Amino acid sequence: MKFLDSLAFRIAALFRRSRLNDDMDDELRSHLDLRADDLERSGLSRAEAERRARIEFGAYQRVKEECHQAAGGTFFESVRQDLRLAYRMLRKSPGFTAVAVVTLALGIGANAVVFAVLNALILRPLDLPQAQRLYAIEDRGGSGYQSYPDYEDLRDRNRSFDGLAAYNITQAGLDTGKDPAPAWVYEISGNYFDVLGIQPYLGRVLHASDEHGENSAPYIVLTHGYWHSHFQDDPNVIGRTVQLNKHPYTIIGVTPPEFRGTLLFFTPDIFVPIVNHEQLAGASELEQRGRRWVFEALGHVKPDVTAEQATADLNSVGSYLEKTYPKDDGKLSFALARPGLYGNFLGGPVKAFVAGLMVLAGLILLAACANLGGLFAARAADRSREVALRLALGSSRGRILRQLLTEATLISLVGGTVGLFASIALLQRLSLWNPIPRFPIHVPVSPDAKVYMVALLLALLSGLLFGIVPVRQVFHTNPYQVVKSGATGVVGRRISAREVLLMMQIAICAVLVTASIVAVRGLVRSLHSSFGFDPQNAVLVETELSMAGYRGDAVPAMQKRMLDALSALPGVQSVGLGSSIPLNMDAGTGTVYSEKETDLRPMNAAAQPYRFAVSPGYFEATATTLLTGRTFSWHDDDKAPRVAVVNREFARKVLGSVEDGVGRRFKMKDVGLVEVIGIVEDGKYLNLTEDQKPALFLPILQSPVSQSWMIVRSTADPQELTTAVRSRLHDLDSGLTLYIEPWNHEIQGVLFPMRMATVSLGVLGIMGAMLSITGIFGMAAYSVSKRIKELGIRVALGARHREILRAALGRSVKLLAFGSIAGMILGLLATRVLSSIVYQATPRDPVVLAGVVLAMSLLGLLATWMPAQRVLRLDPLMLLREE
Amino acid sequence: MPSQAQLLPGTLDLLILRAVSLGPLHGYGVLLRIGQISGNALLIEQGALYPGLFRLVRQGLLKTTWGTSENNRRAKYYELTAAGRKRLREETESWNRLATAIGAALAAQPEEA
Repeated sequence: MKFLDSLAFRIAALFRRSRLNDDMDDELRSHLDLRADDLERSGLSRAEAERRARIEFGAYQRVKEECHQAAGGTFFESVRQDLRLAYRMLRKSPGFTAVAVVTLALGIGANAVVFAVLNALILRPLDLPQAQRLYAIEDRGGSGYQSYPDYEDLRDRNRSFDGLAAYNITQAGLDTGKDPAPAWVYEISGNYFDVLGIQPYLGRVLHASDEHGENSAPYIVLTHGYWHSHFQDDPNVIGRTVQLNKHPYTIIGVTPPEFRGTLLFFTPDIFVPIVNHEQLAGASELEQRGRRWVFEALGHVKPDVTAEQATADLNSVGSYLEKTYPKDDGKLSFALARPGLYGNFLGGPVKAFVAGLMVLAGLILLAACANLGGLFAARAADRSREVALRLALGSSRGRILRQLLTEATLISLVGGTVGLFASIALLQRLSLWNPIPRFPIHVPVSPDAKVYMVALLLALLSGLLFGIVPVRQVFHTNPYQVVKSGATGVVGRRISAREVLLMMQIAICAVLVTASIVAVRGLVRSLHSSFGFDPQNAVLVETELSMAGYRGDAVPAMQKRMLDALSALPGVQSVGLGSSIPLNMDAGTGTVYSEKETDLRPMNAAAQPYRFAVSPGYFEATATTLLTGRTFSWHDDDKAPRVAVVNREFARKVLGSVEDGVGRRFKMKDVGLVEVIGIVEDGKYLNLTEDQKPALFLPILQSPVSQSWMIVRSTADPQELTTAVRSRLHDLDSGLTLYIEPWNHEIQGVLFPMRMATVSLGVLGIMGAMLSITGIFGMAAYSVSKRIKELGIRVALGARHREILRAALGRSVKLLAFGSIAGMILGLLATRVLSSIVYQATPRDPVVLAGVVLAMSLLGLLATWMPAQRVLRLDPLMLLREE
Repeated sequence: MPSQAQLLPGTLDLLILRAVSLGPLHGYGVLLRIGQISGNALLIEQGALYPGLFRLVRQGLLKTTWGTSENNRRAKYYELTAAGRKRLREETESWNRLATAIGAALAAQPEEA
């Protein structure tokens, strides 16, 4: 407290300085006047009296300066002195400074990034008015889905909400006159904007008064982002009529730029009234109480109602619904959750993940501080003579400590600033990042003042933390001893706690390095392994014919026309169509039974293969090799016998033979007996790390689907091909909604988890390496400083470089070696964990082992370079003279 | 003018406290009072007085108010705080002990001549 008081006094004194100055002048002048009065009374003239008074008083300015000092006003001047000295000292050892700044920048940067994510996703979930009273309704299972009639009852019968809104997420084909494209839609209840308190940016938003029953409100509200990107900020779009799934809709308004929907990761393109659900989904579900398809209901709890009361209120509505509609509504039990992360469904895992990251980042910072502490201790040891001299000359220990702490703070501020800027750059990229191109998924994590504050605080705190390490050294410095005999070089043989810590760090670093090399190897290998298809030189076209108004028999006919049209394009080798494509995360499965099975229940199933409906030409277009038999033709239609193509695994598992599989049959519940006409190579269907799975391909004419992917294989430039495909298909029907993307782009989404794992492992590996380097560097530097005199004597006595180096750095190198070996063993043991993320991950791979050894040696070389240089440049004459 | 003694280091604070303990004084007044109570035996440089006063204020031993002097000049008056009074007592005691001890030591006669 005393320290704080005096600090406060000094700060106040600083601000008071000018006033204090005037005050002081007044007082000193009054002294001179009083003295002059006395002298005048003793008979001198006024002028002579004043002159005499000034002479007696002495040097006016010096007295004032001393008064300032006595009043505590010069504290900040001495801080400035400290800063200047610290700056000079740091400039004198650029290597040390750079290592310290980079280490700290890493630590602070990591923490700033993680805290920004925490801040954006958890601390300030939705940027909406009165967000603290905004709750979403979820059931006990953590899902927020409601049926529309249930939502209406909850909305009208509860007494605790200021209105309850609902929304659902879907996709629809939006045709603005040229190039129809799928748009991401929030289907919203009429009161959605009013409940959330969103004012229109342009035009008007939707209101409850717009709803008059099913399909009664053909209105679209655009998000600002979509208006900007698709309508070029044109204010005249209000009132325009566009086609949504072939139905005319009027654009009535644009939402403000800061409103990005009510699900944090998922920004919609447009808002459409939920009462028009039938036109978007193709099925009327508004009246079906048993179908829970409405994504989430949310609203503000009234100010005088607690969350518990609101929950109880909702549950009483729930029990009313249970009693009234026993057939549709089973047990209804509600809970309140924060909107934005879909309640606890997403929120739980996200929170756990971010908390884990925060702990990790904290550990990284702590390790960084420990290492920097080591570095500072080494530095303090180097300067023990200087410190002793200053002590002997009358400087106080406090003053010297302040100097050391000023250096630490300066480094922490510079490191923190560098780290913060790096993290801001990273966060901006992260905010713009769209990991899976087909979905409007973003992670909005722009940093705010809170992030800057936390980064600054952490930087200062860590500055204090590692700055305090050499304090004991300073306090125990005995100036007489040191000046008399020089720093004594007693090196303990005992293994210190710091060394154990350092070894653990090195081991962890080696694990991370092993893991990153394994991951990179796995990634490279998986990019070159056989997928059972070839994503190179192919373009994907996703169409949903129901969005363009096709129904029933018109669907397969149109699909055939599209395929024919595309195969006529110049340069196109083959064209095919499938209900889904491999590795697209939407592959469905079917259940198949052996030919003789009569009891068609899931427990008797022969296999659960991935199921695709594909057109003739599909296997050529995907470049899937046919092993035996034939593929489909346009004659395999609904009048022909049921046929299928299967993969090798299916043949082995269900048919019992790959060679003789063709011609054998199996059973499916919805199709009946199916004859296998061809067997194709195995492939990857859901993700790259899956075990080999059976797959089943049915002809599209026997299992029609309206949502489909066309694969266009061509050696033409993907950009030109895309344009040609688009214009060709729009020649057929200008209302088609198309999503066209080169296949190797689309595959990025699949590689995403693996990429992320590789990148994170890489980043962690680099961080670990940096920390280990500073750790070893600090320790090596310290041990060299401690023994510099002994080493000098050895050199003078004729020791060779090799011997000196061994004496100076042997211990550090030994630590590094032990740590690395331990880390590599751990890395080998962690194979199983790795292989669940990374395709074909195995550290038992000479390249990996060699890579780790190389990386760790490089790391050791880097870390001991500077201390070694110092040892090699030892000039015993200089040293002995100095001592 | 009587011969004047140099102040021992650290004794200025004690003298200021003592001087002010007899009643509020401005800086010049402190100077005069010390001269008066020491029988003009102690020499204090006028300029050295003020840093001492500021130091004591900072330590919370003195407090200040602006007032008017007897010959109608604006001046800053110093007064003892409770802490200042306590400090004066302690310092006086320890000074007396020291003075007695040193006096005794200097007065001691060799046992055998």
